[in-house]
Amino acid sequence: MKWSEFFVTGEPLIYAADVAIVLTMIGIVFVLTYFKKWKWLWDEWLTTVDHKKIGVMYIICAVLMLFRGGVDALLMRAQLTAPNMKFLDAQHYNEIFTTHGTIMILFMAMPFIIGLMNIVVPLQIGARDVAFPYLNALSFWLFFFGALLFNISFVIGGSPDAGWTAYFPLAGNEFSHGVGNNYYAVALQISGIGTLMTGINFLVTILKMRAPGMTLMRMPMFTWTILITCVLIIFAFPVLTVALALMTFDRVFGTQFFTMANGGMSMLWANLFWIWGHPEVYIVILPSFGIFSEVVSTFAQKRLFGYKAMVGSIVGIAFLSFIVWVHHFFTMGAGPAVNSAFSITTMAIAIPTGVKVFNWLFTIRKGKIRFTTAMLWSLAFIPNFVIGGVTGVMLAMAAADYQYHNSYFLIAHFHYVLIAGTVFACFAGLHYWYPKMFGHILNERLGKWTFWLFMIGFNVCFFPMYFLGLMGMTRRMYTYSDGLGWTPLNVVATVGAVLMGIGFIVLCYNIYYSARYGERDMTGDPWNGRTLEWATASPPVHYNFPVTPVVEDIDAYWVMKKKYGGFHVKEEDLKPIHMPSNSGRPFWMSVAFFVAGFGLVFKWFALAIAGALFIVLGLILRSFEDDDGYYIPVDEIKRMERAARKGA
Amino acid sequence: MGANSHQESFPWKHIIGFLLSLVLTFAALWVALSSGLPLKAVIGIIVLFAVIQASLQLFMFMHVNESDSGRMQTFNMMYSFFIAVVVVAGSIWVMQFVL
Repeated sequence: MKWSEFFVTGEPLIYAADVAIVLTMIGIVFVLTYFKKWKWLWDEWLTTVDHKKIGVMYIICAVLMLFRGGVDALLMRAQLTAPNMKFLDAQHYNEIFTTHGTIMILFMAMPFIIGLMNIVVPLQIGARDVAFPYLNALSFWLFFFGALLFNISFVIGGSPDAGWTAYFPLAGNEFSHGVGNNYYAVALQISGIGTLMTGINFLVTILKMRAPGMTLMRMPMFTWTILITCVLIIFAFPVLTVALALMTFDRVFGTQFFTMANGGMSMLWANLFWIWGHPEVYIVILPSFGIFSEVVSTFAQKRLFGYKAMVGSIVGIAFLSFIVWVHHFFTMGAGPAVNSAFSITTMAIAIPTGVKVFNWLFTIRKGKIRFTTAMLWSLAFIPNFVIGGVTGVMLAMAAADYQYHNSYFLIAHFHYVLIAGTVFACFAGLHYWYPKMFGHILNERLGKWTFWLFMIGFNVCFFPMYFLGLMGMTRRMYTYSDGLGWTPLNVVATVGAVLMGIGFIVLCYNIYYSARYGERDMTGDPWNGRTLEWATASPPVHYNFPVTPVVEDIDAYWVMKKKYGGFHVKEEDLKPIHMPSNSGRPFWMSVAFFVAGFGLVFKWFALAIAGALFIVLGLILRSFEDDDGYYIPVDEIKRMERAARKGA
Repeated sequence: MGANSHQESFPWKHIIGFLLSLVLTFAALWVALSSGLPLKAVIGIIVLFAVIQASLQLFMFMHVNESDSGRMQTFNMMYSFFIAVVVVAGSIWVMQFVL
């Protein structure tokens, strides 16, 4: 293989990216060396098993990936603003919409949600960490190196170009010759393993590590949604694992599972992809519902309306999510019986979702509402998400879907549910829990600027797309001719995309501004919160709770505040705390996964085998490891509690 | 048997389970690649091997009979069975138009 094939060449944008990547790496190495931070980086972050730090790392990655996916989106909007644009060629455009979709779902939405759940769930249930802290670190690093492998594709070897759904036969060797789709198969596999382990980890954590008194029906709603999300992850991700493995075999070893010749069944890929893919969209939306429930209840200063109905509807949505997948390919030709059955199950999902919307509205009703940034995101979610939901019911009608299928109507629909649902929730959750993560509040004024810019920009960008779809503009077209009448609405959409981009820049500035000048949270409870995470200091000491709290009702901390004036710890109740030890193995094992994956992508099997041997070595070392963690003595706890509560 | 009542000095259960899993996997490979049996028989045999291996792993590695919450285990397994039926039977039904 020649160097000119190994590195992507010929595009000025790519060369600019090469330069930017090299400069950034030099910059990072320089800063770490100059400030002598290498040891700090290794001890405090790379080897940590603390769920809060792992959560913070997830969110940092998610924000970086939001930037990457957002730049992809802006490039696409630039290309589509006017007819016959020559800004991007067809191949480049294909690669950009593929990486935009894959990155936004798997490397932005997923880690943002998983980051928030890492930080919040153990705190909400009164636990000291997750059930398997070492596994949690491994999950993060597998996600990280999976995402890294996917992201280097655009400068090394070429990006995948068959859409985020990677439909066969297009994604197979017959039509895609480069290494791009190998990256897709291997990178998603690596990060998918991490996600699957996260699902198992948090399921066990929530079922086994709740504070005394916290029965299932007293859990905070966010924890409930995470519990159900974990069930979805555990049952859905193995299907993706198998489908991606078959894809890798087809592309790297020449098997014929999804080919057109020799008995391959290319459409089976679409079937398997969506058996995972539909539960996957609920994996990112259910936690969002949980975040909105927490925020709405806190800032309406009322208990969540219809707690049991909420739980029932989450379980109902989760159940239905496994029996609707065909609605993604009604036009494939499965016939009226199959299409009708899946059409009905799809429409049925609107019922539990509607129940939840009414529950949020009734929670707000007669509440003493505080319009914080987090609350604004939650309030905006309701009407915007309903627009996405109602157009979803339109798409669910199989006969009508033949008209809407793969048009911009669909694009508008799923951006309305994914952005108004998941992205708004991530921003709401970020603002809401930011003081818990970093000990200071994100500036509210700048936060509201972000909110208005992004929310208005979002509607300006995506609402015209419904009409573009009805006018016949189809998905994934890289240019269009003059005289179709699509130009004005495309210009409007691009203006909206730019507004969203400005909103994102304000958010990043807000993170910097608040770190320097933001209001410090000395109380640990800046929002007058209702659940147990607000009973800890901000940020919490690494063992979270000096003594395990006792739960008496839903909204455990609210009850404590009403009954006892807060969560009080008597020093004589303190006992030594058992904590897990840090480990560098999850990090280097994930590096080995990265190396093995890189070898598979380029069919350099010696490299792949070498990486695989290191993975096995890591497993063996872990199996024979005899480390039961360590105990923090009582005097140390007293000292840390006083330091954390200083000024409270 | 409680989870902690019986501490084995050597994990025989895991070793035996591991070896039996390997045997079953390679047996399935042999049946599919070089046994020369008719297609339907091959499919039947490897499905049988898969079911045996899944139950083997439940007992040897996953401590299915060591939990105090039998109700939970039963519910989990019934739900898994439901999802398996949805995925397998559902796929066959959906893909019938190309079969």
